[in-house]
Amino acid sequence: MTQAQVTVEPVVVEEEFDTVDMNINMGPQHPSTHGVFRMVLTVDGEQVKDVTSYIGYMHRGGEKLTENLDYRGALGYQDRTDYLAAFNNEWVYCNAIERLAGIEAPERAEYVRLILAELNRILSHFMFMGAFGTDVGFFGTAFTWAFKERERIQDFFEAVSGDRLMYNYFRVGGLAWEPYPTFVEDARWLLRQVEAGIADIDELMTNNEIMISRCRDVGRMSAEDAISYGVTGPLLRAAGVPLDLRVDEPYSIYDRFDWEVPTGLRGDVYDRYLVRLEEMRQSVRIVAQALDQMPASGPIMAEGLPKVLKPPPGEIYMRQENPRGEYGIYMVSDGSDKPWRMKVRSPSFHNLSSLRHQVRGSYIADAVIILGSVDIVLCEVDR
Amino acid sequence: MPEIVLSEFAGLSLPDWIDALIRIVFIVALMTVNALALIYLERKILARFQQRVGPTRTGPFGMLQSAADALKLLTKEDVRPTSADRWVFELAPYFAFVPVFLVFIPIPWTETWIVRDLELGFLYVFGVLGLNLVGVVMAGWGSDNKYALLGAVRAAAQAISYELPMLLVSVGVILIVAARLTVDGGSAFGAVNLNVIALEQTTTPFILLQPLGFAIFMIGALAELHRPPFDMPIAESEVVGGYFVEYSGIRWSFFFLAEYTALLLLVVIGSTVFLGGWNFPFGEDVGLGLQVLLTIAKTSAVIFILFWSRAVLPRLRIDQLMAFSWKVLLPFSIVQVLANAIILAYGGGEWIIGITSLALLLLLIGLVYGRARTLSRGAGRSLNKQPARPRLITAHDPAGGD
Repeated sequence: MTQAQVTVEPVVVEEEFDTVDMNINMGPQHPSTHGVFRMVLTVDGEQVKDVTSYIGYMHRGGEKLTENLDYRGALGYQDRTDYLAAFNNEWVYCNAIERLAGIEAPERAEYVRLILAELNRILSHFMFMGAFGTDVGFFGTAFTWAFKERERIQDFFEAVSGDRLMYNYFRVGGLAWEPYPTFVEDARWLLRQVEAGIADIDELMTNNEIMISRCRDVGRMSAEDAISYGVTGPLLRAAGVPLDLRVDEPYSIYDRFDWEVPTGLRGDVYDRYLVRLEEMRQSVRIVAQALDQMPASGPIMAEGLPKVLKPPPGEIYMRQENPRGEYGIYMVSDGSDKPWRMKVRSPSFHNLSSLRHQVRGSYIADAVIILGSVDIVLCEVDR
Repeated sequence: MPEIVLSEFAGLSLPDWIDALIRIVFIVALMTVNALALIYLERKILARFQQRVGPTRTGPFGMLQSAADALKLLTKEDVRPTSADRWVFELAPYFAFVPVFLVFIPIPWTETWIVRDLELGFLYVFGVLGLNLVGVVMAGWGSDNKYALLGAVRAAAQAISYELPMLLVSVGVILIVAARLTVDGGSAFGAVNLNVIALEQTTTPFILLQPLGFAIFMIGALAELHRPPFDMPIAESEVVGGYFVEYSGIRWSFFFLAEYTALLLLVVIGSTVFLGGWNFPFGEDVGLGLQVLLTIAKTSAVIFILFWSRAVLPRLRIDQLMAFSWKVLLPFSIVQVLANAIILAYGGGEWIIGITSLALLLLLIGLVYGRARTLSRGAGRSLNKQPARPRLITAHDPAGGD
């Protein structure tokens, strides 16, 4: 008798239901990447596990181009790094050369520069409001409302400088030409319109329940993290650090005005929005005071400038508070008529470097609004 | 059941198949004209909200703009990605479109203008409309595009979550109708007939008895139609258009046709169930012309609110959307149905139902509002403003780290 064969049924181990992470390529052509920025999201369903950024699509070598032109000739290139804040860029560049060459711009020119730069900050923040509103999902309404005011400011800039985007109006030592006769009156009118526009945006977006639940606690960044990533500007202030170069390294005539530096408490997307909104109001305050103080007449160009500008050999790092943060220009002069070396420290680039830190662990939709809240200008990232 | 209406209208007795053909042609024409008109109106209304003027060039006031767009779409190349699943991709628009087309059948445009007066009309509508999702998922899968897939999955999750509260609050209305029908020993059989529901609102529209129901139904309709604030499946800034991102030309226009037809149909159903449809609350005898006008007026009013919400509301996130449905809307609609059932079973008056529903609605609004307020904690005041006094940066870390 044979032993009954015990056949052991093979235990069928149910195959585990494995999920695979999906890579989603966002950009360089995507409606919400604000230019030719590309990020590859590694997602698990709707949750973002990781993000890789790719930049460089817009690199034009603006710094190298500047090194090949004389000091005044390269001014036009500075408009093109951050096209939303062209006046601010020109100002940094002019200030850098002025400090390098020991030139002092007349007071009236400083006032005009400051007024235009602060208006440009408002313009840039309006652009942020519009684009961010679209990212959050206001179907174009925030965009058109913000753009209405932006158009007004651009019209004013056009009247002053002759151009709507690439102004090329500041000069080393002053301004290209006298501002047109009704400059002050028009600026006052513009300020009233802009204030109403800020109130409109505030009413549309700030207290919207969906907006709040979308933006609160999304993309939080602590002050320590923000500082270690080199983040500056509204992002850093939203994280609670009251660093504003207009206050901390007062350049030009910023110490003459009464205004406030808003800082956020949580460092999330919503705080960044609020900080920018408040900064627009503060800029309006500064411009209003500047218009009152501005001398009615006077020179707009420093006296006795040489035809060919040759700063003495030396180096300078000039940094100012742009709408997006610390915009610095490092320049080395070898005594010739061209800068020996020129390097731009662009706020967008450094702010963008913190993207991965903020996006990981959030949702795809959050990634979009976090990128929107960083408010990058790709021309400035890639230069 | 109303007799063949069109043949009566013309004073002729037509064979069934001609009658059927006329009805189909009528529906197709209505559908096309409706989509063109709605697209035009939406563009104009949104333009007003956005301080623009909208289309002005094509025809008087730009009224022919959507016709021109339709013509352009018809003549456009029909692109199919090489890696797409051919049949799934090509058939998806029709799978999305046909169910919507079928929903036309039990809609009471007036008391007598109905394609077929189905006794289970309401159930039929939601049964058939749910099939729309098959086309959407097919499009998302067949396109072989990650954005399309994400959009389709979002659409599926959304539709499943929001149909439930929508149906439940409608059950609340149906309970009231059934109670009325059975009050003198009658049968409750007709309570899901859309025309009967409209007929029952001769004195009070059900929105007064079920304000919460109407609110939830409209929220569900917004989600079902992928309209803001629930437009994640087609969110341009996230998934670049969602499930129809790879479609072009006529197939793409089928999705659009389905979307705007569904918009009209859901709004008509909503206004039939909650606003009385063709019925006029202050008059027993309503003529045919007035009925048509009432249908158009009520529908237009609700559609305007939907367009309005598109202009001023941002988009929710997908997890918030799901949480809102399952954790807020669903419990509320269940409570609503239970309350209706208990009140009716114990013979409570209908005004008690109305007050209960209103209280629930206020509670819902309070919850949503309160949550946002808690989150924002006084949005404007959460900023810390410091007077700008010149101070010099030192090498010291501003955050106070060592």
